[in-house]
Amino acid sequence: MSVVVETMPPVPTRPWRNSKTTGMRNLAAIVLAVICGGAINQVTGLSGFLGLFLGAAFLFPVFVAVANAKRGANVVTDRIASAVIAVGFIAVTIPWLSIFITVFQKGSEAFHSSYLTDDMRITPSGDDLQYGGIAHAIIGTLLMVLVATVISVPFGIIAAVYIVEVKGRFAGLIRFLVQAMSGVPSIVAGLFVYSTVVILFGGFSAWAGAVALSILMLPTVARTSEEVLKLVSVDLRTSSAALGATQARTVFTVVIPTVASGLITAAVLGVARVVGETAPLILTSSYFVATSTNLNDPIASLPIYIFSNLGLGDQNATARAWGGALVLLGLVFFFFLLTRIFSSRIKRK
Amino acid sequence: MSISLQGTIGRGEFERALNFSVADGEVLAITGLNGSGKSTIIHTIAGLVPLRNGQLQSDNITWDAPDSKQWVAPEDRTCAVVFQDLRLFPHMNVISNVAYGLRAHGVSKDEARSRSTALLARVGLLSFETRLPNELSGGERQRVALARALVIEPRVLLLDEPLSAVDVTSRAALRELLPEVLGSFVGATILVTHDLGDVEALANHSLSLN
Amino acid sequence: MGLPFTVSCEHYGVQTTVPEKRSIDNNLTRVDKVFHNLVTLGAFFSMVVLAAIGGFLLYRGFEIFKDFGFSFITSSKWDIGNPEDTSTAILGIGAMLFGSVITAIIAVVISVPFAVATALLIEFYVPGWIKTILVSILDLVAALPSVVFGIWGYAVLLPLVEDWSVTIEHYLGWIPIFNVPSEIFGRSPLLAGLLLGLMIVPIITSVAREVYSQAPRELIDAASALGGTRWGALRAVVLPFGRSGLVGGTMLGLGRALGETVAVYLTLNLVFEINFKILASAGGNVASLIATKFGEATAYELKALMAAGLVLFLVTLLVNFGATMIVNKSRKIV
Repeated sequence: MSVVVETMPPVPTRPWRNSKTTGMRNLAAIVLAVICGGAINQVTGLSGFLGLFLGAAFLFPVFVAVANAKRGANVVTDRIASAVIAVGFIAVTIPWLSIFITVFQKGSEAFHSSYLTDDMRITPSGDDLQYGGIAHAIIGTLLMVLVATVISVPFGIIAAVYIVEVKGRFAGLIRFLVQAMSGVPSIVAGLFVYSTVVILFGGFSAWAGAVALSILMLPTVARTSEEVLKLVSVDLRTSSAALGATQARTVFTVVIPTVASGLITAAVLGVARVVGETAPLILTSSYFVATSTNLNDPIASLPIYIFSNLGLGDQNATARAWGGALVLLGLVFFFFLLTRIFSSRIKRK
Repeated sequence: MSISLQGTIGRGEFERALNFSVADGEVLAITGLNGSGKSTIIHTIAGLVPLRNGQLQSDNITWDAPDSKQWVAPEDRTCAVVFQDLRLFPHMNVISNVAYGLRAHGVSKDEARSRSTALLARVGLLSFETRLPNELSGGERQRVALARALVIEPRVLLLDEPLSAVDVTSRAALRELLPEVLGSFVGATILVTHDLGDVEALANHSLSLN
Repeated sequence: MGLPFTVSCEHYGVQTTVPEKRSIDNNLTRVDKVFHNLVTLGAFFSMVVLAAIGGFLLYRGFEIFKDFGFSFITSSKWDIGNPEDTSTAILGIGAMLFGSVITAIIAVVISVPFAVATALLIEFYVPGWIKTILVSILDLVAALPSVVFGIWGYAVLLPLVEDWSVTIEHYLGWIPIFNVPSEIFGRSPLLAGLLLGLMIVPIITSVAREVYSQAPRELIDAASALGGTRWGALRAVVLPFGRSGLVGGTMLGLGRALGETVAVYLTLNLVFEINFKILASAGGNVASLIATKFGEATAYELKALMAAGLVLFLVTLLVNFGATMIVNKSRKIV
């Protein structure tokens, strides 16, 4: 008789449920650590919130260890490890939070009623903050990103179709190259476009900026599309093929429509990736103070607006830079939310 | 009673009410068809799957009782498992695999080493200490898993199909080894098997889930 | 897709014919052949772009390699001399390459422990709904533009690091790398490295999370059934299984840190000397050199910037090739 192996659905287990007492002990340790951290803060004069955190961060694992000391060396090690992991995570989120808070605080100073609709055509950067605006930079950024999307999305999807659908001989190589391309430094992409588009077509232009962005966007689009296409069930493909459809027809009428929202996610992810790229635009689209939609001329963009205002050293210009950072952050956040909305649609399917 | 379970076990869609207990020195064989929940019993006692209701006790300590929210973590339960698929750590050699449980319980390196060596001698694997699991035969791996469970001197030994992953020749040798090991084991043993021959050869009691 | 047999309808019923064995290629209809060729052509776009980047930068920067040879990479001097006479120029990116490497190493050393902690926390310590939130936050931070990191690093992190640097130098100044003879702190490799570290934590975390989540669940169970605590099981099973994946993820982060421009431009003082004193306000990296010099570069200097770009391109490509290979390999093993 052959050996029968019992098959159970692979349900993830949770061997590490915390008991109530552990939870209480941890809470007590946190509270105690914060209090003692505060006390040290007062005595030694470490600065503010960071000093408090630093004190608490070092004391928390110690207190956790003391609280569990009765339970043997291994339990103590385990609890210290948990405490260190928690502290490590919190330590890295503090600067991230600080970025969001700082940009919001300083950025809102530059805002006035027509900030989003005015440009800097007749306003020097050092002028009072109620004059001028950021409309030209928003329009320029959106325009270049749009053109970059139009260029990179077809190529990204084609690369994904080649890897997943056609399963060509070079599928592994293409995937490898796409991954390598995602590591190209953005300034190098900028230099490349400068050395080709800018030099050949005689000057900085929105076109050049868009081409540079599309190079940086392509790998994100291709890799996400690849993941998305893999979600299409084999049944769907074979049933289309069984009805006599060519593979081309299957891809265009069955596969791509099925995962359309996933491919949109891929495109939006690519947009979110490049909307804040600064370095390549310095070398390609340069900067312009007025609102422009002419793709053959230099054009303003949010990152360069921030970058150039920051370089002036003037107080009002710096405030404008922060205002630009807030708008840019808002844009990134908007595209990020879009990806969440579209990707939640894939899951529901 | 060394171990007693009274309540409903379950995993996913599957659920089953049970009531049994095993005293020290006894071997309870649990038989049943596929999907009757044999492995789930082992996993529930080990603490890898929670009980649906009722309670699980060992030596008058409640390990799992969802109604009164009592729960002892798997690492704090005085039991040891030989899994059906063995689950030896593939990146650790034989002696590290066996010593793992002792080290986890805070035994010093030297003591863990000598106790593990002694147990490996008992299961006849003395010269295999530095080999990796994938360099062993099925029967040898089974012995390592057995040694790894016994070395921590559990109160409850849980064996999930200990002879299933083994070829016919090693099975005979293990059939000889197992009664000897179980006979000298002081705690309670629960043996899951689909082979009625095993039940007769090894167990005092049996429980059929059919 | 060709059907295994063909069915043809004749006047009096159905006739079935079994064709001879065909090779897979012959199975394609003409439409599909065209489709395959077009898709294959499009898929090689990425290779064309990569080759074009290398090719054009080499073409534009070739003169520099010819004039300076290997000293372009080793020399630290950047002097265009008499703009009218290119033979008076001495150009080398040694200091900038060194700066790229030292800031990236600081970034990696700082970020790896935090990335590991974050990955372990997300995969093994928090319940599902918190996990979803944390993953979203990490994705968002990964999408933050480097200019936003840069402006924050300049305004918020710079004064803090300046304070810390003074303290560190006071107590540990006898160690060469913490020594600052100039007593000028601030826009130092430490600041730039710290900022880069914050930028690459999400990258390393997401790779680490992926490989940790693939650690065999049964072995984790086995470890806890034998008495291993949570940390015991993580150390025995998860960390060893994720090791090579973590190395790959770290290299991806390294590649990103090596090529960063704006964040480094804003937080590191561009000085053409090899500076290993990480608290001192001097350094630079290849990318920020290009951004700094580009605006007012002479034609000859521009060629040097192209050459510098090529060097940066090749270095990051190499690091990324390595990283990709290690990550892919670890995916296969797990």
